[in-house]
Amino acid sequence: MSTRGFTGRRPAPDNADRIPPGQHLVADFPVLSVGPTPHIALADWTFTLKVGPKSIKQWSWDAFTALPQTAYTRDIHCVTTWSKLDTRWEGVLVDDLLKDAGLEPPTAFVLAHSFDGYSTNVPLADVAGGKAMIALRYNDAPLEADHGGPARLIVPHLYFWKSAKWVNGLQFTTRDEAGFWELRGYHMYGDPRREQRYTND
Amino acid sequence: MTDVRGTNGAREVDAAGRADWQRAVITTLTAITPTVVSVQLRPELWRPFLAGQHVDVRLTADDGYSAQRSYSVASAPDMGDTIELVIERLSEGEVSSYFHDEASPGDVVELRGPFAEHFVWRPSEPGPLLLAAGGSGVAPFLSMVRQRARLAAPPRMLLFYSARSWDEVIAREELLRQEQEQQGLSLYLSVTREAAPRRPGDFARRVDRAIIDTLLARLGAPPALSYVCGANRFVGTVADLLIDAGVAAGTIRTERYGGT
Repeated sequence: MSTRGFTGRRPAPDNADRIPPGQHLVADFPVLSVGPTPHIALADWTFTLKVGPKSIKQWSWDAFTALPQTAYTRDIHCVTTWSKLDTRWEGVLVDDLLKDAGLEPPTAFVLAHSFDGYSTNVPLADVAGGKAMIALRYNDAPLEADHGGPARLIVPHLYFWKSAKWVNGLQFTTRDEAGFWELRGYHMYGDPRREQRYTND
Repeated sequence: MTDVRGTNGAREVDAAGRADWQRAVITTLTAITPTVVSVQLRPELWRPFLAGQHVDVRLTADDGYSAQRSYSVASAPDMGDTIELVIERLSEGEVSSYFHDEASPGDVVELRGPFAEHFVWRPSEPGPLLLAAGGSGVAPFLSMVRQRARLAAPPRMLLFYSARSWDEVIAREELLRQEQEQQGLSLYLSVTREAAPRRPGDFARRVDRAIIDTLLARLGAPPALSYVCGANRFVGTVADLLIDAGVAAGTIRTERYGGT
C-alpha cells in the first residue's frame, strides 16, 4: 500500500544493503532505557557467571580488565528503527569469559542480567564464536553510563535491546527464558534482518 | 470540525492481531503548537491499549520504499474509534515532515500495535503518581490524564511539564481545564525560555532540585510510581534529581528520545 504524498529519504546506495528492513540511519547515538541510568562505581562493579542458580565465577573490575581484550567494529540496529554504522567496541569476548572460568557451555541458552534489574535472553550460539562481548569501551573511550557503562553486553547482529546495558552477569538456563522486554511484548530472538520486533513477528 | 467518532457504529475489537499492520484513515490534522501537529487516526480494527503504550506508523512511497516510527498514543484508552498522535516536526524527520507538510484528512497510513508493556499506567496500581514531561514527551501523559478523568476513584496524580514557551505547551488549554475539573490532579508548568511563569506556582526555568522538592512536597506522599518522558538529557536530569531527593530508582519508569 503506498501512502499518498510520501516520498521518503533513502539511504545512500553504498549503505543500502547494511540497513535492515524498516530501519533508518542516524548519526548521533540515541539513548533508551526502562529506568534511571545507574551510576556504578568501579570499586562496586562485579560480573558473575552462573549456571542456573549456581555461581561459577565472579570477577572484580580489575580482574575483568585483566582478561584478554578484543575490539571489533559493527553496525547496530535498535528496534525503535534507528541503525548506526561502524560502531567500535572493545571488551571481553564471551568466549574468553567462559575460557577463564573453565566452563564448557552446559546449556544452549543464556540470560544476561543488569545492575538495574533488566534482563534479556540470547541463545548461546549468538554469544559464542566471537560474536558477542562484554564491552567496556566505545569508540576508543570508556563506555558512558547513558550507553551502558561501565560495561554492556554487545550482540550486534540482534536488535539492540539484547545488548543489555549495565550488565553484571550471564546465566546459563535450561530453557529459553524470556527477559524484561521479551515478557512485555518484544520478540524472543530479535533478528533485524527478519524484522523480529514484537512477540509474533 | 470533523466527526472523529466515525459513522460506522460499534467497532470490531481485535486484541489478538495487534502485531499485524492495518490501514488507518487520517480523520483530522490540527496544528496545536508551532511545531506539533495532532493527528487523529481511525484504524480498521480497534485494538485495546494501555495509557503509555505506543503504536508504529508506516509510510510507503510509490516505489515500495517505506519508513516506520513509533509514537505514544495521546488519546485515552477507551475512545473506541480513533486514536490521537501528537507529532513534533523533527529536522530531517521523514515521517514527521509527511504529517506536517503532506498529509490530508482522508489519507491512509499503516498502523500496528499497541506495543510495549512497561511505560504504562494501569489504574488499579496504587498512587500517588508523579509524571514529568519534557516537550513532546507529554504525549503518553495526555493519555493518562484523559483516562483518569473517566475513573470513579483515581489515585492522586501530579503532572510536571517543561516546555520552551507557553505557546509550545501541547494541549495547554485542555490540561488547564483538566486540572480544574479533576479532583486530585495537579499541573505544574515550566517555561524554560520565558522570563516568568504565567500562573502563580508555575516555573520559568530548567528543572532543578528546588522544583523537584516542590513537586514532591505538593504530592504529599512519596510517589508510588514516577514516569519521566522526554529528550534524553531531560529524562536523565529528572531521574537523577528524583533519586537524590529520595525516590527509589526501581519506582521510576523512563521513556527517552534523542541521544548523545
